[in-house]
Amino acid sequence: MSVLDSKVPKGPLETKWTDYKNHIDLVNPANKRNIDIIVVGTGLAGGSAAATLAELGYNVKTFCYQDSPRRAHSIAAQGGINAAKNYQGDGDSTYRLFYDTVKGGDYRSREANVYRLAEVSANIIDQCVAQGVPFARDYGGLLDNRSFGGVLVSRTFYAKGQTGQQLLLGAYSAMNRQIARGKITPFNRHEMLDVVKIDGKARGIIARNLVTGEIERHSAHAVVIASGGYGNVYFLSTNAMGSNVTASWKIHKKGAFFANPCYTQIHPTCIPRSGDYQSKLTLMSESLRNDGRIWVPKNLEDVKAIREGKKKPTDLSEDERDYYLERRYPAFGNLVPRDVASRAAKERCDAGYGVNATGEAVYLDFAAAIERYGKEQAKIHGINNASADKIYELGAAIVKAKYGNLFQMYEKIVDQDPYKTPMMIYPAVHYTMGGVWVDYNLMTTIPGCYAIGEANFSDHGANRLGASALMQGLADGYFVLPYTIGDYLSNDIRTGKIPTDTPEFDAAEKEVTDRINFFINNKGEHSVDYYHKKLGKIMWDKCGMSRNAEGLKSAIDEISALRKDFWKNVNVPGTTTEYNEQLAKAGRVADFLELGELFAKDALVREESAGGHFREEHQTEEGEAKRLSEFQFVSAWEYKGEPKDAVLHKEELVYENIEVKERSYK
Amino acid sequence: MNLTLKIWRQSDANDKGKMVDYKVTEISEHMSFLEMMDVLNEQLINKGEEPVAFDHDCREGICGMCSMFINGEAHGPDRGVTTCQLHMRMFKDGDTITIEPFRAKAFPVIKDLVVDRSAFDRIQHAGGYISVNTSGNTQDANATLISKHAADEAMDAATCIGCGACVASCKNASAMLFVGAKVSQYALLPQGQVEAVDRVKNMVAQMDLEGFGNCTNTGACEVECPKGISLENIARMNREFLSANVKS
Repeated sequence: MSVLDSKVPKGPLETKWTDYKNHIDLVNPANKRNIDIIVVGTGLAGGSAAATLAELGYNVKTFCYQDSPRRAHSIAAQGGINAAKNYQGDGDSTYRLFYDTVKGGDYRSREANVYRLAEVSANIIDQCVAQGVPFARDYGGLLDNRSFGGVLVSRTFYAKGQTGQQLLLGAYSAMNRQIARGKITPFNRHEMLDVVKIDGKARGIIARNLVTGEIERHSAHAVVIASGGYGNVYFLSTNAMGSNVTASWKIHKKGAFFANPCYTQIHPTCIPRSGDYQSKLTLMSESLRNDGRIWVPKNLEDVKAIREGKKKPTDLSEDERDYYLERRYPAFGNLVPRDVASRAAKERCDAGYGVNATGEAVYLDFAAAIERYGKEQAKIHGINNASADKIYELGAAIVKAKYGNLFQMYEKIVDQDPYKTPMMIYPAVHYTMGGVWVDYNLMTTIPGCYAIGEANFSDHGANRLGASALMQGLADGYFVLPYTIGDYLSNDIRTGKIPTDTPEFDAAEKEVTDRINFFINNKGEHSVDYYHKKLGKIMWDKCGMSRNAEGLKSAIDEISALRKDFWKNVNVPGTTTEYNEQLAKAGRVADFLELGELFAKDALVREESAGGHFREEHQTEEGEAKRLSEFQFVSAWEYKGEPKDAVLHKEELVYENIEVKERSYK
Repeated sequence: MNLTLKIWRQSDANDKGKMVDYKVTEISEHMSFLEMMDVLNEQLINKGEEPVAFDHDCREGICGMCSMFINGEAHGPDRGVTTCQLHMRMFKDGDTITIEPFRAKAFPVIKDLVVDRSAFDRIQHAGGYISVNTSGNTQDANATLISKHAADEAMDAATCIGCGACVASCKNASAMLFVGAKVSQYALLPQGQVEAVDRVKNMVAQMDLEGFGNCTNTGACEVECPKGISLENIARMNREFLSANVKS
């Protein structure tokens, strides 16, 4: 039988969180100063959690591999953050945000967690504005909103195309205030390499100073993992180069269950890859789909002519174009959820309609938007009989104001002007809905060890809606964890400082040191990247946008063989006592090589299609994902040595407040 | 294309350091500059040599981690980009490219092209925030109206990615564009007014303590800034600083 207890409070959905807060144990302010908390990762979740916990009075240590907390990859989120403010009066509410998120997640997320997320979403906007986050405003001085995929309201707040940056700088500023007060001690350019358990509880970590190579022991009464997702298992993704699964994987190996690893989001609007040397993929905000129309040519002859450079996309008339999202999904059109948009692009490209040399690109066209805005502006300004050039000029100015930085980024990378010719886009790995299993308190199956933000699994089910990652990261860090962790720490007020000169710390440090020494002394044949690229290719080909049993079985074998080869033949240059990026990377890739296999195993076991997980065997006649009621559970994997030996625990998902329906965007 | 690279190698902060020549071949014009560096490093690793250490992370121009001084310019010859967004199409076959770390007294070299920019963090600790606790009871976000103009201008200042190109480009190694941008963001918003006086004084004091130079209005920082942070921010900081000192 399952050992999972989600600890969801009893009572009606609307009052669960309030009732829960009213009844948890609190730690008095004088005792908080005797309690230490470690936060690993300083993105939106970790940064906001660290700042809030320090404000409350706990002693916080933060760890990040970057040279400053401000550089965590939350910074790259562009489009916006959702909140059920209903400022537009378009029918939004806490329930609707909850409903959209559960439906968008293809009914594979936990009801109570999602409702709480929707409930605190409005507070996030208030908090960020108070911190000085410069959200976009309208001329009356009120906050502006835009619309995102998979919903029918405008609830997304934004700061140009740099919303993640501004929210992270807000959390970082809140951290700075606590650093100045001495309540947060930041350990930048540090990497967590293991968690230390004493009497079954998380009581500290082993970290490596990435500048000096020194191995350090840090103790605490609780450990919070906020180290983000594992998209880099694919080698090519929109994640930062350093994004990794190591912190999550280390706690997994020490007893934290890992949930739904196969739920990965492949984002539809990324810049297509151009060559083998490519080191990462660049995402362009989904907000572009507000105004961009996605299409491929209707006729294969036109595709051929475009690839050979004999025709330009702008040469094709309207009836020679296939606006396939508008055709297939008239109700949501270009604003269908990400998984649907990505699969539709793959379907067209697999059928031979891809518009670039690799055959993996579709058009995202702004011509219609420029014309529409141009005509609107001409009318506003009373310009009668405006010429086509004038309309273009007026319309382009509006598009520039909305998406200027994205257009500039595209032009720098691709060397084409998206105001003049359609952008080319293709899906890329972007976000991982799966992650460390947590209960309602955000605690993992290791007592005292928490996982927040993208690192956990809880809120997005099998597919995340746009502008919801920022919401979840900040909700967890600002408004959820600071309450739930207090309930646990109320038992620790008499514990006192945790010593680090104990056998548990000795053993954990030895394990870490042995592994580092192994890498440096191995002197094998192949670089770390050689293995990472090979792993990425297996993942993309067999565990990518669509999966089947045969492919997944072979992925498991291939990854397992690759891992064996890695441990025999990897070559890590340099020494252990210096700044050594290759050494750090070797440890991360070693963990990806284990996660990748568990990922494939999870995908194999989940014999249904749900959200980002599409099994070719389970689709409707029209090629849509086919969910199966017998898989209405969370797969939580327990580590037992090799990934193939991992044991599956199921958390059944119960929907009492929402009717489980076929997800339709038609 | 084939290129000659002259790269600064320095094993740690105490090493004297020197320029070393490398050759790379078959570089595609579509590669980013850092992907070209990846090719070099893969080559060095396979030859049993030590790869060149450089800072990088998001590779999409927003994290501010990458920091090379290329042919005498921070983030290289293109405008409005970070090194990770610089593409090899900016160079020609046969070119010799000089690559150095960001140099400033306040940015000591850690290794090769990696420098320590923690001075920027310490300036922010000194006042780069608004003192508001996370309570869940903050007033409604629309309770205070903020003109679109002020919000947009604050956003333009807040766009700074803290990469340090301004410092590396300045003949005085001044950090005033960076500090000016942060001071401006808060000075332009009503939320930032309450602490404005202390903020500018404390941040400037920390900036001086870190060993950054003064501004002599040369404007190199603005030209090299990948995010186009305007010199106006320095003027605004000076104004804020003067008025703060008059007030208290």
